[in-house]
Amino acid sequence: MPAAKLHAKLAVVVLIFVIGVSGGSPALAVRPDERLSDPALEARARNLSQELRCLVCQNQSIDDSDADLARDLRLVLRERLQAGDDDRAALAYIAARYGDYVLLSPPIKASTLILWTGPGVILLLGFGGIIWVRRRRPVTALPPLSAAEQARIKSLTAADQGPQ
Amino acid sequence: MNRLLFALPVLVLLIIGGFFYRGLDLDPSAVPSAMIDRPVPDFALPALHPGKKGLSTADFGGQPKMLNVFASWCGPCRVEHPIIMRLAARADVEVLALSYKDDPQASRAWLAELGDPYRQIGVDRDGRVAIDWGVYGVPETYLVDAGGRIRYRHVGPLTAAVVAEEILPRWQALQQANQ
Repeated sequence: MPAAKLHAKLAVVVLIFVIGVSGGSPALAVRPDERLSDPALEARARNLSQELRCLVCQNQSIDDSDADLARDLRLVLRERLQAGDDDRAALAYIAARYGDYVLLSPPIKASTLILWTGPGVILLLGFGGIIWVRRRRPVTALPPLSAAEQARIKSLTAADQGPQ
Repeated sequence: MNRLLFALPVLVLLIIGGFFYRGLDLDPSAVPSAMIDRPVPDFALPALHPGKKGLSTADFGGQPKMLNVFASWCGPCRVEHPIIMRLAARADVEVLALSYKDDPQASRAWLAELGDPYRQIGVDRDGRVAIDWGVYGVPETYLVDAGGRIRYRHVGPLTAAVVAEEILPRWQALQQANQ
């Protein structure tokens, strides 16, 4: 039955699309024994651990990473939150030990100014350059065709169209 | 002016190329230590060998100290071990150690097999103290000055070249500063 087959195919396509969009359900690196009993605190801990780089794998957050050190840092983070640290203080606690590099979004300060403003500056320079070049070389209107040119066009197009 | 404009892409290329050329020599996975020039963190660890001294903040200062972070389960530690044995054999070098997330019995067996170059060894079973030092892998080696401030960190196994070019010159400078 072709209709049923089509439906099955469609279902697969939809399933793939849904998984792709939702990112599937990622295997949780956070183990049950790490979780805090207070759901609000645990939610903050999850959020913050997505902001922290795993130093072993380097392009994963400690929330994603299965590395031992990532687990240790998740525990330290929860320990700080339970001790009453606010989000900033908890991140600063870990950054004090591992440097700004551990923060996945680097803080804005003198040494990171180029990093933050660079793309915008380059974009503006590009636009500026385009405007500047266009101003310098205005598009001049072409001189009108001469009578000889007009006649040549006429003969060429006439030959093209032919007898029809 | 127009000529200059044509040279601009070449100039940009040269600048970018300069950065790339420099990047060839950089290790993108090396993490600069946030602890450089900061005092040794507050900690106290039990001793690995029963009856001997453990390791704590008070053990640093007075004179320069070297701290090696090791574990019996760590392959590169085994590679660098002979180098540390040779370093510690020098009269002017004192190496302390932190046993990182290791079963003390395994650490002791490891040292019994390979030799024990360390003056004092603290046991950091859960790795919590190592986090305060900013350790992110083993082995790591730290140089601490006479004032108890961390001055240098080497990540990964020590090699003869690293000792000759990075460790010893800095160590001797720290000692001279102390005299």
